Amino acid sequence: MNNPVYLKDVVTLQLDENKCTGCGMCLDVCPHEVFKMNSRHVEKQNRDACMECGACSQNCPASAISVQSGVGCANALINAMLGRNGGECCCGPADNGKAANDKGCCC
Amino acid sequence: MGKDKFELPVIQEKTSCRCSTAAAESQKTIPDLNQSFVSGFVDTPSGRLPQVSSVLVWPDRWGSIKARWGVGRMDYSVNPGLYALGTPDNNSLVFVSANYKMSFDRLRQALAGRSGWILVLDTKGINVWCAAGKGTFGTEELVKRIESSGLKKVVNHRKLILPQLGAPGIAAHKVKQISGFNVHYGPIRAEDLPVYLDAGFKATAQMRIKTFPLKERAVLIPIELVEAMKAFLIIASVFFIISGIGGPLGFWANEGSSGFFAVLSLLCAIIGGAVLNPLLLPYLPGRAFSIKGFSIGIVIALILLCLRDINLSAWSERAEALAWFLIIPAMSGYLAMNFTGCSTYTSLSGVKREMRWALPLEIVCGSVGVIMWIGAILIA
Repeated sequence: MNNPVYLKDVVTLQLDENKCTGCGMCLDVCPHEVFKMNSRHVEKQNRDACMECGACSQNCPASAISVQSGVGCANALINAMLGRNGGECCCGPADNGKAANDKGCCC
Repeated sequence: MGKDKFELPVIQEKTSCRCSTAAAESQKTIPDLNQSFVSGFVDTPSGRLPQVSSVLVWPDRWGSIKARWGVGRMDYSVNPGLYALGTPDNNSLVFVSANYKMSFDRLRQALAGRSGWILVLDTKGINVWCAAGKGTFGTEELVKRIESSGLKKVVNHRKLILPQLGAPGIAAHKVKQISGFNVHYGPIRAEDLPVYLDAGFKATAQMRIKTFPLKERAVLIPIELVEAMKAFLIIASVFFIISGIGGPLGFWANEGSSGFFAVLSLLCAIIGGAVLNPLLLPYLPGRAFSIKGFSIGIVIALILLCLRDINLSAWSERAEALAWFLIIPAMSGYLAMNFTGCSTYTSLSGVKREMRWALPLEIVCGSVGVIMWIGAILIA
């Protein structure tokens, strides 16, 4: 099955090719093959496939990648709007360390 | 200023309260030996560690089934800390996992026939990927857990194997800097681990891509359905009562003409959003999940109204038919939109953009539909 793609032209992923050292760490951690290796540094080959998980920017030793990472979960956003469960999705621990929410969602 | 001073003690009290629990947790270096899945123990320089096997037994599988249906799912965890898988020695590999029991079980099951150490992070009983997104499966917890578990005394190498989907929470270079351990990102799926290990820590491109195949979508259906059913019971009762007492005939005659149909329609709308949408996800039109859900809803409404053989010459019946054309797609669209959180490829920015138009549309369609339906019942 082809890897499905969500909405076009919406992700916040940015790559500074001048900072990139070509270590290839982002190629390892990206779950959607967003990057490919050029001769000297990586470049984005499939930006729309990015799900803003933030793995690449977290693990980039050169800080060449930036993305406003977060979980793409409508339920969490609705909870945040309503001020419920601290805006968590399904899988959030509440302040008291006990399970916050039993909403079926990402886990 | 005065307000700040007044509030400060309260905040401090809360913080110190939380800190003390955290401190108590981090002092507890060794996981409990009395957990149901622990088969024995191994004595190490860091103490007596629980030993587990890669064979899952019936209670493990039953726990997993229950969690999928939402039973005990928020308390399905193992103690954080270091575990021995099989009979490892000080050269054995170290695998890092979350303390959601299903994550831990998947890992040990995948390592059948091998020995190693499993370092379980405290992710509050949440799976690796979700916890990494929240940062609980994170650099800080990993570094802390390396220290508190005594890992450095148990193994004489400095190498950790992490699941690739833990990467959103971990900065490998910082872990190396702080703890001296080299982070190796293994494959996404635990079952690919043997091939990855035998290839000398090399993952194929396929191992690094998160797909969303039918099987993975299907296992998410029960929890979606259980949640939707809670809302269904309330909404359906309201429709049932309104239709019984609001219609022109006696209670049960009214139910026969509109009440049972209403309950059936609501049920079908939920099945559309919570069952059909996950199953058919890649084949449904549109990129936005709401569009996928709306399409299912429209088809369901068409089928239901055809089966009902409605008489469109009467105003009340026309209004009722139109009401269902609004309510069913609105409900399945909303449920489909909520499935973004379960999916493996939706971005936060994308979901925000979708919700900006989809949520108002769902609310308007739903409310207008309900008003029309009530109107149709009352004028009939």
